[in-house]
Amino acid sequence: MEILGNLGLGLVTAGSLSNLLYCFLGVFLGTAIGVLPGLGPTATIAMLLPVTFGLPSESALIMLAGIYYGAQYGGSTTAILVNLPGESSSVVTALDGYQMARQGKAGRALATAAIGSFFAGTVSTILVALFAPPLAELALRFGPAEYFSLMVLGLVASIVLANGSLLHAIAMIVLGLLLGMVGSDVNSGTARYTLGLPELEDGIGFVIVAMGAFALGEIISNLEDESGRSVMLEKVTGLMPTREDWARIWAPILRGTALGSLLGILPGGGAMLASFAAYSLEKKVSRTPEAFGKGAIEGVAGPESANNAGAQTSFIPMLTLGIPSNPVMALMIGAMVIQGIQPGPSVMSEQPKLFWGIIVSMWLGNLMLLVLNLPLIGLWVRMIRVPYHYLFPAILVFCTIGVFSLNNTTFDVYLMGLFGLLGYVFRKLDCEPAPMLLGFILGPMMEEYLRRALLISKGDLTIFIARPISAVMLVLVLLLLLTVLAPTVRRKREEAFQEVG
Amino acid sequence: MTRIASPKDFWAGILYAGFGLAALWLGRHYPIGSTGRMGPGYFPLALGALMMLLGLASLVRSFLVAGSPVGIVAWKALALIIGANCLFAWLLPRAGAVIALTALILASGAASRQFHLGWRNLAIALGLTLACVLVFIKGLGVPMPILGSAFGF
Repeated sequence: MEILGNLGLGLVTAGSLSNLLYCFLGVFLGTAIGVLPGLGPTATIAMLLPVTFGLPSESALIMLAGIYYGAQYGGSTTAILVNLPGESSSVVTALDGYQMARQGKAGRALATAAIGSFFAGTVSTILVALFAPPLAELALRFGPAEYFSLMVLGLVASIVLANGSLLHAIAMIVLGLLLGMVGSDVNSGTARYTLGLPELEDGIGFVIVAMGAFALGEIISNLEDESGRSVMLEKVTGLMPTREDWARIWAPILRGTALGSLLGILPGGGAMLASFAAYSLEKKVSRTPEAFGKGAIEGVAGPESANNAGAQTSFIPMLTLGIPSNPVMALMIGAMVIQGIQPGPSVMSEQPKLFWGIIVSMWLGNLMLLVLNLPLIGLWVRMIRVPYHYLFPAILVFCTIGVFSLNNTTFDVYLMGLFGLLGYVFRKLDCEPAPMLLGFILGPMMEEYLRRALLISKGDLTIFIARPISAVMLVLVLLLLLTVLAPTVRRKREEAFQEVG
Repeated sequence: MTRIASPKDFWAGILYAGFGLAALWLGRHYPIGSTGRMGPGYFPLALGALMMLLGLASLVRSFLVAGSPVGIVAWKALALIIGANCLFAWLLPRAGAVIALTALILASGAASRQFHLGWRNLAIALGLTLACVLVFIKGLGVPMPILGSAFGF
């Protein structure tokens, strides 16, 4: 049982007193920031990222993973209590969760979310431990052609799954790829698109792009309409689900976990898609579909389990291939690079302590969430009650100090302002910034692999179809594009997003 | 005269095409190389051209397919938030963290309709500033000057 030994190694790493502390700190801070209305996991992680710079690499990544789960759970809490989902993945939870809260069942909705998330977290941690090693082994045989095709597949999948117009999703990815080109070219040393500014020679920091486009852009769009932000909260009582609740939630939790784990592995998938899909599934199998949207507990249990499972399994492609499947994983990869770790299949063999430590800490983090959240609900409620006009200047302060501390230069702060402006403008035009961030991270990698693949083949483009694994991926790309362009699927996809949106 | 059926697509198209053109123009001197030996210009110029095409596609669509209007733009919030951010960056080396942070908090806070300049808000701004100085400069060692060059440091 090699896996037990590996998990044991992980337990030793993640279970050390200091790492437990960082895991706890991450979960706590993540939840605390995540419950603040209008701050999703991406913005939360970008904001808290600089805090982890001084830590050893294992502790930093364990803490970041903790922040992620915390932020996710915090977002659900806000969605249930005040109907203000922080990010798209908790939009679905708000549908029935908020209705339950209005009927005085807030405590039971919160407990259902916590229990569902914990169960899903446990199962998907085991899945990560089981499937990551063989996948990493397979990935070791990948050459540049395979990597390039895989990234194309990832980007195309994220286009298909993106919410909204296909054209804009493609364009935002290309824009991200272009922005990734800024800086010195690795091969020739030519400074590209630096406008003669020495500060741009190392490229644009991804934290700057993320904070600008997500945090700043979000603040400005939240300020568009300040009415309806008055938060009225009852006292949360009756935390334990009743016997009848248990009978209703166990099946949705199982289904949500299965669906979420599967969708999380897909490039471009992750938590958001998982929760949307789980909600429609629950509605379909339910004998009382008309109860959905009016406080059906299944509508909380399914999506909440699914989004946590998806959040967890989206670590699989990140840890084994070094390829981000969503903006949060893109941030994790950025964090690894800052820590001096090259993400990819070799992480598992070269840094087993780090690799297994992260996996075990996933489960520990979920356990902490369960233990932490229900007793501390009073604290979270108090945080949600902080009015937004006190909140956003503080968020801005953390962002500016955080960005400044990256390289200790005010140039980065100006740059963040520019991306804030862009982020808001694109939001106004219905162009989502998430695909841009994905393209931004993948841009330099894609160029590098493309160059290497074609150098090996002496410019022969057939290398991408001559190598079997690469060919399979390109066929998948083609299939994805064909299905999404087919009129019936297109209509279905729009319906699916409309139904919950 | 043809009418713009979808203002959102129209403006997005202008932006995409603009970025594409800028990428092509700024990169016009980068060596392209060959497919087998790509120069630094190959990939970015290909992306720039693609970006421009996508922009054109969005522009064409904006005349053909009806869409929603852009809606209200929060000009005041936009100007104040971005402005406060840049003000902080400008003030930090010159006046130091205490003044720069207080200015950032008050200037951005003014973006909210709930904001009014009073003792209470001033006290909150100063309190947050002091907390940041303690945590980030004293605690975490972020090298920001507490008082800037204008004070002779």
